[in-house]
Amino acid sequence: MIIRIMGDGQYQASEALCDELNEIDNRIVGMVEEGKAEEFRKELAKLISEIKEKAEAIDAKEIVESNIIVPPEDLSFEEAKAVFRGSGIFAD
Amino acid sequence: METVIKSKMNKVLNRMEDPRETLDYSYEKQLELLQNVKRGVAEVTTSKKRLQLQRAKLMQNIDKLGGQAKDAIAANREDLARLALERKAALVQQVEGIDREVAELEKQEEKLIAAEKRLSTKVEIFRTRKESIKAQYSAAEAQVKINESVTGISEEMADVGLALERAENKTEGMKARAEAIDELMEAGTLQDLTGGKDEIDRELSKISVQSNVESELARLKTEAGKGPEKAKSGEEGKSAEEKKEV
Repeated sequence: MIIRIMGDGQYQASEALCDELNEIDNRIVGMVEEGKAEEFRKELAKLISEIKEKAEAIDAKEIVESNIIVPPEDLSFEEAKAVFRGSGIFAD
Repeated sequence: METVIKSKMNKVLNRMEDPRETLDYSYEKQLELLQNVKRGVAEVTTSKKRLQLQRAKLMQNIDKLGGQAKDAIAANREDLARLALERKAALVQQVEGIDREVAELEKQEEKLIAAEKRLSTKVEIFRTRKESIKAQYSAAEAQVKINESVTGISEEMADVGLALERAENKTEGMKARAEAIDELMEAGTLQDLTGGKDEIDRELSKISVQSNVESELARLKTEAGKGPEKAKSGEEGKSAEEKKEV
């Protein structure tokens, strides 16, 4: 899977990693639903750092479309309500 | 946001007669965006510098207030010292706020510079690819290749465009804050507790004027041969005269 972290470039992630990320993604959806802004922020930061640590950065010379687009870390809670809903950004 | 940009782009692209023109059009847009990102980086840098300048001014005032508090204590004026320290604490708070904002701007700056690098690498690849597509394919054949190239880079463009927008919103907010501090300083609201002669200064200089007057007076009296002893007796004599008058 090719993941773009908005403002941070693209990453190649394995299926196993995507499953792991999907769990975080689902937790975020729950937090947004319950209005837990602080916890949401921590979890979004975790989602992003997991991708940066465990996925492989794609060379800037590659021009490819992403399968998944992850919003930036400074996403506001209001914006999050539109992004993290239903099954989140990773399909279940 | 991304879909808005993409659909706008597609509308323009679909209107072109020769699909190969869409490559040039997209390239032009890429260059434009690169220019905008560069301008965005410059703006972030400017607001950062402005905040740093304000910070330096505030630090000067903090030092001054610290000195005033010391002088006030030396002159046995705890009330003045307290006033100076209270003002100092308020300014320290301002400085802390500025530090947080500068750190935030630095993050933005780094991100934009990295985004600019990524985009310019892709734009260069796109340019080469564009020329080879134009040379190799006829208008009819080129469509698929063109779609692939254009959609590939348009995601990057949308991302950079959005990062730029976010950075601009942030610098706007900080500009407003920096302007507010500037205005306060110019209007004298802060000046009273920072630059120029403030009331603490006036009080402190009053104290030093008084003690100067006293010591000068004492010196003059000694010079005139009227030491503290004689001056005292003179005074007694005067009061005796006054008593006589009564």
